Amino acid sequence: MIGANELPRLLYGDAGRPLTLAQHEQMFPTGQRPGGLFEELEASGLTGRGGAAFPTWRKVKLLREQRHHHKFVIVNAMEGEPGAHKDQSLLSANPHLVLDGAEYLASMIGAKNIAVAVARDNPSVVNHVTRALHERERRHHRGPKFELHTPPWRYVAGEESALVHWLDDNESLPQYRPQRPSILRIGHSPVLLDNAETCANVGLIGRYGAAWWRALGTEQSPGTTLVSVTGAVARPTVTEVPLGTPVREILAVAGADANPQAVIMGGYGGSWLDGRHLDVPYANESLAAHGVSVGAGIIVVLSHSGCGVSETHRVVRWMANESARQCGPCAFGLPALADDLGHLAHATRDAAAAFQRLIERANVIEGRGACRHPDGVVRFVRSALSVFAGDFDLHRHGQACAGAASRRHFATVPTLEREDELIWE
Amino acid sequence: MGMRRRSGGFVLAVNPIQCDGFGHCAELAPDLVHLDEWGYPIIDKTPVALSNLSALESARLAVRGCPRQALRIERVSEAS
Repeated sequence: MIGANELPRLLYGDAGRPLTLAQHEQMFPTGQRPGGLFEELEASGLTGRGGAAFPTWRKVKLLREQRHHHKFVIVNAMEGEPGAHKDQSLLSANPHLVLDGAEYLASMIGAKNIAVAVARDNPSVVNHVTRALHERERRHHRGPKFELHTPPWRYVAGEESALVHWLDDNESLPQYRPQRPSILRIGHSPVLLDNAETCANVGLIGRYGAAWWRALGTEQSPGTTLVSVTGAVARPTVTEVPLGTPVREILAVAGADANPQAVIMGGYGGSWLDGRHLDVPYANESLAAHGVSVGAGIIVVLSHSGCGVSETHRVVRWMANESARQCGPCAFGLPALADDLGHLAHATRDAAAAFQRLIERANVIEGRGACRHPDGVVRFVRSALSVFAGDFDLHRHGQACAGAASRRHFATVPTLEREDELIWE
Repeated sequence: MGMRRRSGGFVLAVNPIQCDGFGHCAELAPDLVHLDEWGYPIIDKTPVALSNLSALESARLAVRGCPRQALRIERVSEAS
């Protein structure tokens, strides 16, 4: 059994050589939990690791209250963010911990089916999960039935309503939900959807209880979390840290630029954080003061040789292309934002007017999509406007900043696909 | 009944997936709906009092006049 203060908990094992079921059961023995499963989950204060940080026990409670014969648990390992590799690392290091967590969730709400969703563009992870599921099947034990699903990889495909839509109707398109919190359904059956990392944490809480699990992390954000660090780093890394670790220490693990210009926190739907504030603890309650959040556990480092304006332009251009094109403000608004940023990045003659349009359009677009995709982009643009205020000023007056001339880019962005080549089903 | 329904407010809500930007709502309820530069409706999220009969009537016209049936009137109780 792993000690309460030992790391790694979640990322035990080598990425790429997942623990077998026998190894996993030896390493993580069951039956140490002091109290009932749901009570321990509630006491743990676990929040969702997919980005929204919603308390998991509240979701479980909502689903427990549903009187339905069929319920589903969905493990979301879609990982739409290009900078994220955490679910991928988790599933290729210790997939059984995630599956255990899903079984605990299923037993709490009374679900008979568990669906694991992994993007099909990630064949090695699909293999690891398939193998883990086969190992479990050979046990012939009773319990919920596992299925593996492989939707196409799209940015919004991991959004919960889009994923449920795919499982229900084979289209990775977000749904309109007028009331929140809303219960998503496959057919008529209610669905509990949790991120893979959240499930792995549930697996640990289900084994050892809340007190053990809360030994690491802060009072308000207990536990450990996985962070993917990319950008200006020596080794792009996925690392497990207790929440509340200073951001600078996390960056040091990846061998990042010691004095970065800025970092993206939480992914491309997240925000920029000025490089001067890196000593802030990595937990939502402390990050909130700087207008950022843990989000999906992504840090992208931008060094001083880069240009924040053109990085923002590249990211927004790609995010605009990843829009599902269902809602007008997102389908037309995001490309318009990207165009304005393009004028600014290249410091064209239209840059000053583009700057005004950018601010106005950001206000117009916000909160008018069916999902939160446009809001994420608006937040990203606004954070860029405040963090790179000086650079935007230079670009606006037709002088590109020093970094803009360099061809080095730090935020990884997949190649843009043509609109008719995007796969949604 | 009639009196009770007048208490509280309403908001005009649009389903952005259904909406295709025909713009009829802005013609039928010009006080409630503005169009953005791409022709999609911008609707104020603050509730309008149900006692404001002309606004309610124009909201109803907009709901009925929407070719995509994307609009709904949502009642908001005073408490919230």
